[in-house]
This record gives sequence, C-alpha cells and structure tokens, in this order.
Amino acid sequence: MPDKIRVLIAKPGLDGHDRGAKVIAQALRDAGMEVVYTGLRQTPAQIVNAALQEDVRVIGLSSLSGAHLTLFKAVLGLLREKGAQDIRVVGGGVIPDSDAAELKAAGVAEIFTPGATTTQVVDFIRGLAG
Amino acid sequence: MSSDSDLRQKFETWQAGLQAATGKRPERKPRFATDSGLDVDPVYTPLTDRDYLDNLGLPGEYPFTRGVQANMYRGRLWTMRQYAGFGSAAETNRRFKYLLGQGQTGLSVAFDLPTQIGYDSDHPLAAGEVGKVGVAIDSLADMETLFDGIPLDQVSTSMTINSPAAVLLAMYIAVAEKQGVAPARLNGTIQNDILKEYVARGTYIFPPAPSMRLITDIFSYCSRELPNWNTISISGYHIREAGSTAAQEIAFTLANGIAYVEAAVGCGLPVDKFAPRLSFFFNAHLNFFEEVAKFRAARRLWARIMRERFGADDPRSTALRFHTQTAGCTLTAQQPDTNIMRVAFQALSAVLGGTQSLHTNSRDEAMALPSEESVLIALRTQQVIAHETGVADTVDPLGGSYFVESLTDRLAAKAGEYIEKIDALGGSAAAIEYMQKEIHQAAYRYQKDIESGEKTVVGLNKFTMPPTPVTGLLRVDPAVQERENAKLASLRLARDNGAVEAALAALKEAAGSGDNLMPRFVGCARVYATLGEICGVLRQVFGEYRQQVMF
Repeated sequence: MPDKIRVLIAKPGLDGHDRGAKVIAQALRDAGMEVVYTGLRQTPAQIVNAALQEDVRVIGLSSLSGAHLTLFKAVLGLLREKGAQDIRVVGGGVIPDSDAAELKAAGVAEIFTPGATTTQVVDFIRGLAG
Repeated sequence: MSSDSDLRQKFETWQAGLQAATGKRPERKPRFATDSGLDVDPVYTPLTDRDYLDNLGLPGEYPFTRGVQANMYRGRLWTMRQYAGFGSAAETNRRFKYLLGQGQTGLSVAFDLPTQIGYDSDHPLAAGEVGKVGVAIDSLADMETLFDGIPLDQVSTSMTINSPAAVLLAMYIAVAEKQGVAPARLNGTIQNDILKEYVARGTYIFPPAPSMRLITDIFSYCSRELPNWNTISISGYHIREAGSTAAQEIAFTLANGIAYVEAAVGCGLPVDKFAPRLSFFFNAHLNFFEEVAKFRAARRLWARIMRERFGADDPRSTALRFHTQTAGCTLTAQQPDTNIMRVAFQALSAVLGGTQSLHTNSRDEAMALPSEESVLIALRTQQVIAHETGVADTVDPLGGSYFVESLTDRLAAKAGEYIEKIDALGGSAAAIEYMQKEIHQAAYRYQKDIESGEKTVVGLNKFTMPPTPVTGLLRVDPAVQERENAKLASLRLARDNGAVEAALAALKEAAGSGDNLMPRFVGCARVYATLGEICGVLRQVFGEYRQQVMF
C-alpha cells in the first residue's frame, strides 16, 4: 500500500476565518490523507518550517482577508529559498479571478474559491501528489 | 366556537386523509427539517401547546418575545447600518458620507485586521493586511479623519472592535471632545465580545482573564460617563458564519452573555446598573421561519435568564436588543446577482423578528469587498422592506402563526439544553473547545449536504450556468500600506513624545494594578499614542492568548 499523502493546511496572516480550512482538513482526512492543521495566525516562515518538519507533499493555504497575494507569494519564495519546490502549494479563499491567475503564474498549483467542493479539492491534491 | 377536543378529532380525521393524499402526491423529500434539524410537519394548528402570557406577552413587556418596544416599527424603523471600511481613513470617510447621503441612518465601522489585533500598520505581521478587510486606524489622527465632517452628537456609530475595544472607544471619545461633544451625548456600540473571538472569529490578543477585566472596566466606566453607549454587542453572527445551527447560535451567544454578566457582577457592579446597555448581534440565514423564530426565542430566553438567574429588576435589563447582518456565508460567487434575492429574504426575516438595526450584504461579497453600486442595492433592499411592503406597520406580524410559535418554543428548548451543557462544563470560557467542535461538526454536515444535493444552492448545485467574468469589483489600493507607514513615521516625529511616554507609563502602572483602565486609554489617545504602542504595553503586562488547535 502506498504511503499516505501528507498535507499541511495553514492559515497565513491575521485572518480568523477557519471554517473552510477545517472543513477541507476533515475532508482530506476522511479521504485517507494525513493532515496537519496549523491553527490561526501563522507567518509564511512558520508555515514553511512546519511543512518541512512534517515532511508534507502539499501545503493548502487559506485566506479570506485579501492578503493572499502577499502571503501566498511569500510562502512560495521561502520554499524556493529552502530548495523545497517539490512541496506543492494550493490556495483557497475569497480570491478574485485576476488574483488567482497571478498566483498560478507565480507557482500556486490551484486556487479554490467559494463553491468549490471538497471532492474537487481531494481529487486535485491526489493528482498533485500521485 | 369549537373546543380543543373538536379540533383534535377533526385533525385526526384530516391526518388519516392526508396519508391517502400523500399516496397520490408523494412528498418531495423523505423528511422536512429546519437547518437546526427541527422536524417540519405538514401543517400547524392551535393544538400546538402554548401559554400566551407566560411565553409571549405583549410587545415591550416581559419576556419580550413579541419585541422590545410596545409599538416597534410604528414608532421608529430599525437603524439601517451598513458595515463599511477599507483602505485609509479618508477613503472610508467618503464611503460613510455616501451612505449617509443615500439615507443610511447609522454608521458601522469595519477595521482592518492589524487594527483589530492591536498592531500598527508598519508592524511586520501587518504585511498584506493593511486596509484590506476594513479601515486602518493607527492613532487619534486617523480617527479624526474618519469622522471628519460627521457630527458625533447626530449619528450613532457601531464599531466592530473586540480585543482593543477600549482603546478605540477612547479614541472616539477624544474625537468627540475635539468636536465639542461631551461623552454623555455619544450614541453607539462597541462589539467588545472577546469570548466569541476565541470561539469563532479569531481576533483575540490577550488571555481570558485580563480580557474580561477590560470588558468590565468598560461596563463600569460607561455606566458613569457614556450612559447611552452600548458597551458590548454579544455576537452570534460569527458563530453562525463559522457553521453553527440556529439553535447553537442562540445558545452559545447567550452563554457568552451569561459569562459577561457573571464577570461584572463578580466585580461588584449591580446588575441593573450595566445590563440595560448590553446588546446583541445575530445572523439572518436562509431558513426563513426558523430565523424569525430564532430572534423571538432569543428574546424570551434572555429575559428569563436575566430575571431568574441574575435577579434583574429593571425591564431594560431583561430586554434583548440586537443588530442583524444577513449571512455572508450563504452568498455564492456563481450567478452573484442571485445574492440580491437571498439578502432580501434574510433581511425580511430580521425585520419580522424585530431587529433594532440591520446590515444587508452586497451581491459581490463572495468575491471582494462590496462596490459602491452593490452596496446601494443592499441599502435599497432595506428601504423597500421598510417603506413599501407594509411589514413594519404592525408589531410581530408572525406572532400567533402556529408554525412560528412552535418553532420558537422548540428552538428555545434546544438552546436551553445547550446552555445547561455549557453551565455543566463550567461556563463559556471553559467551553471554548466544546463550542468549536459543535460548530465544526455542523459546518461539515452543511457542506456535505450541499455536495450530496440534500441541500439546494441555486446556481451552485442546481440551475447552474457557465460562469461569466465579473467586473467592477472593489480593489483596495495596494499602496495603502506604504502611505499608512509614511503617515505613522511623520506622526512619531510631530507629536509630543515626552507626553506619549508619560501616558504609556501611566497606563502600564494602572494595568498592573486594579484601576479602571479607561481613563488611561483616553489619556493615551489624546496625546496621539498609537494603537500598537498602547496594545504593546498591555501585551507586556497581560501576555498573549494562544489558540488550542483541536485538529
């Protein structure tokens, strides 16, 4: 049996909306993945350190406060700095289409916005990690 | 007039007939239920037990089920209060003036996250967040700009601020002083509800004990100096947004309310001295009749808690006054104009439930902060309800509806069971993780119901269309952070830094003693100490709260 996919679900910045992050974390867990949830108010450096320490394949970032461009890009930058580009990053939150395009161009594998289903997220992460 | 037994007999015959009819016209669903999981029967009749005087009473009288005023909206309509704030104080001041110009009747300030968590705009943790979900306020200078040209003795202002609520209130008092308005003439509300921040909203700074002290300092100070100020807005809104059911929303909110009353009474404040200024804030969600019943049940429960548990005598201590906001979490990014209809029905439920003030969400809020055009539609929705539909012309128009009364009774009972459970756990502060777990389970169930199609969301899992690009979204100027930082730098040069240091030192000393901190905060605000400096002192003395992560 292949190893379980390990995922870090993280809340970067000061945003306190964690309903989506927790629902995704539980859905991934129900789909058989190993999920670490950081809790609120993590800096990009804390997130990248946790991802390395926990040896995850994928980081899921959640932000509903409009700080996604700054914070998601900072996480990508730190992963590059640490030579850990093999850890893939997906994002979710209240993110306008134009920002989603900009983030994908910067290296985020996918952006999930309101209305995305947990099945879509599970399938996408399986594809990324598989 | 037929007796109850006649009705019961007829009803039983009718029920037998109903089964035959249902055979021919099978029901759309195996089970009809509200969002809280209460069963919904095919019809309700006067057979639903209730004791009118005990459970309902008359409007403006205990237990206030039918409303907190005798004549409700026949006297004065609810306050139309759109939550607004983004970018700098100057930009938000323009949005305030626009809204007032369009007939809005009260202000509601949205602060950005650094402000809500007590950091100045130039703090490293503020990166990317400045001016995003609200206006950036660093010092009295920003508050002066925010309310420029708005006479504070003529508006009521609600401020969504919790952990540093006392500091922002002090700044508001200082702005009023500059306008020549005495504190006693100020009307408004601070949210000031830390317990729901731990449970569901996340903008906490300090641990529970010093946070509760800040709150009781405010209760005590305002009872003397700001008699018309709502010292707290005990909020179910965010608990519901985080995924709770309607019954949990009432229960967790009132349980938090009980904790505040206990804290204040524990400090020696007589209950009738502060309780009349407690206010509440609820969500208006989609399940229409359950929402109307929720507001009515909350009033009845709170009245009984205040009288029976805390011995309140003053009727105002037992009357639950509340603000309502429509449910942001029900808005869809798909076919966003459909949100206009969702908001209208939600707003109507709040009005039929007897709200004192109302915010209607804008159609584009699943994607961004609302544009001016969208917020105008949202405000007009309230104005149509108020001035065209006639629903404000009688008090509690759904009172006596067999269905709504049954839902009101059952929601009150269910919420009462949750409150007992929280009492058994040692009260709200001890039950934070319990409440979080309950909310998460409800949120997960709700999401699964949407994905299975059990719950229909128009435009999302039914009646879908290919997406069309949305234009005209509001974008916060990314340069706002640099401008705020520059303003802060020049403020720190221009102000009397000796006076700032003295005020901060006085605050630090008082924080370490048992003195009321409000006069110290006003002192700091007057000399332009920044929010980050003031909260920095408190962080040193009080320490910081660390969230327990349950996952």
